[in-house]
Amino acid sequence: MTCLIIAESAIFTIFVVAYLYYLGKDRSGPTPRQVLELPILNTICLLSSSATITFAVRSLRIGDTKRFSVWWLATIALGAYFLLGTGREWVRLVYDKGLTIQTNLFGTTFYSLVGLHASHVVVGLLALLVVMAFAVGGFVKQEHADRAHVLALYWHFVDMVWIVVFSVVYIIGR
Amino acid sequence: MNGTMNTNELSGTMPLVPVASTDKAAFDYIHSWLVTVDHKKLGLMYIMYGLAFLVIAGLEATLIRIQLAVPNNHFLSPQVFNQLFTMHGTTMVFLVGMPIIFGFANYLVPLMIGARDLAFPRLNAFGFWLSAFGGLLLYYSFIGGEGMAGAGSAPDVGWFAYAPLTGKAFSKGHSTDYWTLAIMIGGFGSIATAVNIITTILCMRCRGMTLTKMPLLAWLNLIMCGMVLIAVSPLTAAQIMLLLDRFAGSHFFDTQAGGSATLWMHFFWIFGHPEVYILIIPAFAFASEIIPVFSRKAIFGYPVMVGATLAIAFVSLSVWAHHMFTVGMTSTGNTFFVVSTMMVGVPTGIKIFNWLGTMWGGKLRFATPMVFSIAFIFQFLIAGLTGIMLACAPWDWQLNDSYFLIAHFHYTLVGALVFMIFAAIYYWFPKATGHLLSERLGKWHFWLFLIGFHITFDTMHIPGILGMPRRIYTYEAGRGWGIWNLICTIGVVFQGIGILIFVLNILLSLRKGKPAGSDPWDAWTLEWTTSSPPPEYNFAEIPTVKSRRPLWDIKHPTDPDWKYE
Amino acid sequence: MQSQPSLRRCRQAETPKASAYLFLIPPWMFWLVMALVLQQGVLAAERTDPALVPNMFAPESAPAHSISHLAGLVLAITGAIFVVVAGLLIYAVVRFRRRANDDGTEPAQIYGSGPVEAAWTTVPFLIVIVLTLTTARVIQEVQDARKPSAALDVQVIGHQWWWEFRYPKLGIVTANELHVPVSQGRDRLPTFLELRSADVVHSFWVPRLMGKIDLVPNKVNSMWIEPERPGLFLGQCGTYCGTQHALMLLRVYADTREDFDRWVKQQQQSPESNPTVAAGKLVFERTACINCHAVGSTVADGRFGPDLTHLMSRDTLGSGALNNSVEGLRAWIKSPNQLKPGVLMPAMNLSDADLDQLVAYLATLR
Repeated sequence: MTCLIIAESAIFTIFVVAYLYYLGKDRSGPTPRQVLELPILNTICLLSSSATITFAVRSLRIGDTKRFSVWWLATIALGAYFLLGTGREWVRLVYDKGLTIQTNLFGTTFYSLVGLHASHVVVGLLALLVVMAFAVGGFVKQEHADRAHVLALYWHFVDMVWIVVFSVVYIIGR
Repeated sequence: MNGTMNTNELSGTMPLVPVASTDKAAFDYIHSWLVTVDHKKLGLMYIMYGLAFLVIAGLEATLIRIQLAVPNNHFLSPQVFNQLFTMHGTTMVFLVGMPIIFGFANYLVPLMIGARDLAFPRLNAFGFWLSAFGGLLLYYSFIGGEGMAGAGSAPDVGWFAYAPLTGKAFSKGHSTDYWTLAIMIGGFGSIATAVNIITTILCMRCRGMTLTKMPLLAWLNLIMCGMVLIAVSPLTAAQIMLLLDRFAGSHFFDTQAGGSATLWMHFFWIFGHPEVYILIIPAFAFASEIIPVFSRKAIFGYPVMVGATLAIAFVSLSVWAHHMFTVGMTSTGNTFFVVSTMMVGVPTGIKIFNWLGTMWGGKLRFATPMVFSIAFIFQFLIAGLTGIMLACAPWDWQLNDSYFLIAHFHYTLVGALVFMIFAAIYYWFPKATGHLLSERLGKWHFWLFLIGFHITFDTMHIPGILGMPRRIYTYEAGRGWGIWNLICTIGVVFQGIGILIFVLNILLSLRKGKPAGSDPWDAWTLEWTTSSPPPEYNFAEIPTVKSRRPLWDIKHPTDPDWKYE
Repeated sequence: MQSQPSLRRCRQAETPKASAYLFLIPPWMFWLVMALVLQQGVLAAERTDPALVPNMFAPESAPAHSISHLAGLVLAITGAIFVVVAGLLIYAVVRFRRRANDDGTEPAQIYGSGPVEAAWTTVPFLIVIVLTLTTARVIQEVQDARKPSAALDVQVIGHQWWWEFRYPKLGIVTANELHVPVSQGRDRLPTFLELRSADVVHSFWVPRLMGKIDLVPNKVNSMWIEPERPGLFLGQCGTYCGTQHALMLLRVYADTREDFDRWVKQQQQSPESNPTVAAGKLVFERTACINCHAVGSTVADGRFGPDLTHLMSRDTLGSGALNNSVEGLRAWIKSPNQLKPGVLMPAMNLSDADLDQLVAYLATLR
């Protein structure tokens, strides 16, 4: 998982570089300052989900499968809310502000960077759901804590990336 | 000495060449290869896949050389020519180089570190089939669709696919899409395999084998795979951006909308330069195993070799824009990349000196693996020196994208990498199949290929000096290029015959080669303790080692390595 | 430990295989000799004028000289390294090969040597420092050269697959063939080129005058040349730019001051109206020609294709695809794709009569 995270970090770095490179180079169209609103609630949810997944894995390590399921579900819920929030933001940007990936350089780099992150959240959520299904069926046991930890590492990575994306897009970029 | 005092020698399992020939046995045999997760079978499949594409890409190069043999030739149309050089480069890097080095890593790493398989055998199989699919997708392009000029859709944008030539506006049809998708898919396969190999080396070494007691091949593959993780990803990212440009209308590299052509170049070469080191480091690994055995001496300076390779890995991440000296960077930018590029030559040179130091004072046996290795040293030296020439930015303003550059990188890729691949095949084929390759045919292969290589690629520097750019489908008479191109083309004949003899050698030796025994070369690393071919589980009992050359310790109990290391 | 047999006994004891000595023929030397011998013969056979061969080691312009001198130094240093290291390799191969009378014992196992490693790290490092400093100086010398006030300014715009040249201060627009003044003696007259691209990445490369610099869309690059003798200098596009990258040739004419002034005057003239070719002019203006091409003082002001105002003053057509002649022009207009497959100019499908008139008109555009 560490190796995968290294490789994925490299991919995200390139998208961040592209984003920063093209800041301010738009020839037309809406600028970040004009259209972006800080997604505070979204961010809180996603970052808290890192905490909840940590609690889940800890519960599993001591054998408390019930608590594990609760925290795991909480993680899924928070992650899903994040995605919903991102989706709502995109709808607003496309329909209200007229910003699409084709509009200008900002549109191009914004949707691709945030979208790449969101796609990783989707994949993570799917994996979490699969584990949830196993947990509901009673198949997740204490000895699986290490495997859950590996998945939690991925989830932490996704959150770390969001911190970077958030800083670059919503703070530096504006 | 050979094969008498080995541990763990047990009877082999399913032979590589099927003995029974009923239909069911044949079906079972093929099926076992298709569903295997065994690192040895997957390793061999990678290598066979790579060798098949070596022949195909070699044919593409032959067609190119025929077209360029004389000025104003009409053997190929420009559209077909442009597809051929793009496919030749793309195939050689992604469908020959990468698969073969991963194939050898796959086969050898577990055997050399005393493991039974890679860490994730199913991921291994997945990585292979992903890479295989990528290659087939790329070659499907020859028959699918319309393309830039209606001549099939094979990519025709050069293997590094500069923007905005690859944008929707200038590359209509799907040629660029085939390039992008095929390589991206292969890239995922490469990353998967790299993860696998790193995990295996870090977690599955046998007892006693600390990192400092690992064979150099394992070290160098570890470093290579680390580079894959960091370097292949930028290419994947850039290709995602290109696909978004072409299909979703984004403007990453769309210069008409403010996008940047140089941004693609930066992203590509951040991948592209480490990529060539990724390709060559396994060649270094082979040399570091083969030269000691045939010099009868331990590798000179093991820790320095590891350190130098690490230095190469790190520094190579900082040299990429030496491919962009002509793009109009500031003088400061240009100077920075001159410095970093020249710096990376230092650890590379150190490795050459260490191989020389290994040979020095030894007792050289000129078996086929060794003669290829000696030629490798000679040619890699020259390649490194022409690299220094290219690192001088002002001279690079003349030499870049000329035939001098083509000569340089073929010197590294063919003169160094392919020669060492041949050496490695001659060295480890007996282990994998139980049969020795014919020495006589091997020497014929070597001399013919050597002569052909030098006729073509020594000469090729000259048209570069005389102003001939690369990627031109023809040239006018009167520029003084005709005779040099003709000589280059003649060299192809020798190389071609050499390859034919090589293929013949393999096919004949598979059935009729002399039995190899477990240790035909009197070598010292763990793979030579197993039978040839090794059983599926590699080792009945995982060995414990005390030094870098466990077999040397067994063969020389009064003078073991661990006393001196 | 076995004792080393003396060298003399070694030489008498075994007959070295002939193939061992093949390593002694450095391929470089052999091919260099072959090359020099053949070059003369074939240059003569190809009827090549040696002065036209775009040899980067025959520099005829200040920046090209700087590069060539640097190259000479680098070649000398790398050549010395090659001789030393290859020499050691060949020596090792001969000296340490296993003899026929070998007793089968292993040689002394030497695992490494700190001082030796230090030595062969330090020496290359020092060489690298020398090379880097020298290179940095030349980069600055060429790239950051100050532009003298008298310098000529030319804007180069790369297209798929032809060159557009604009002389902004002289009001001239032409294509594919660049005329610049010679810079001789004390009063230097370099030409500073501003490089732009209308479509994809191209590269301006005339080896005798300077290294190549790319024409990148959305970016302005600059370079300078300073030809020191009158004459023709050949070059071509140096970066793959699509189907006809190979036929995006460059012809740079260095003219004496008088010749250059004469050329400028001629290029600045508008074409006179010539009643004998009025029919052809009509064909030109009514067909789609004017969408892509410009002819001064007429309604034709297309910018996609080359400016044709002084078409017949050029030596070639199609950026070097063929020699400029009336017959060639006719063949080109009739079917450009035959002469330059993939070219972006479509066949105009004119009738023979129209074509004749059109060519007659264009032939007057000197």
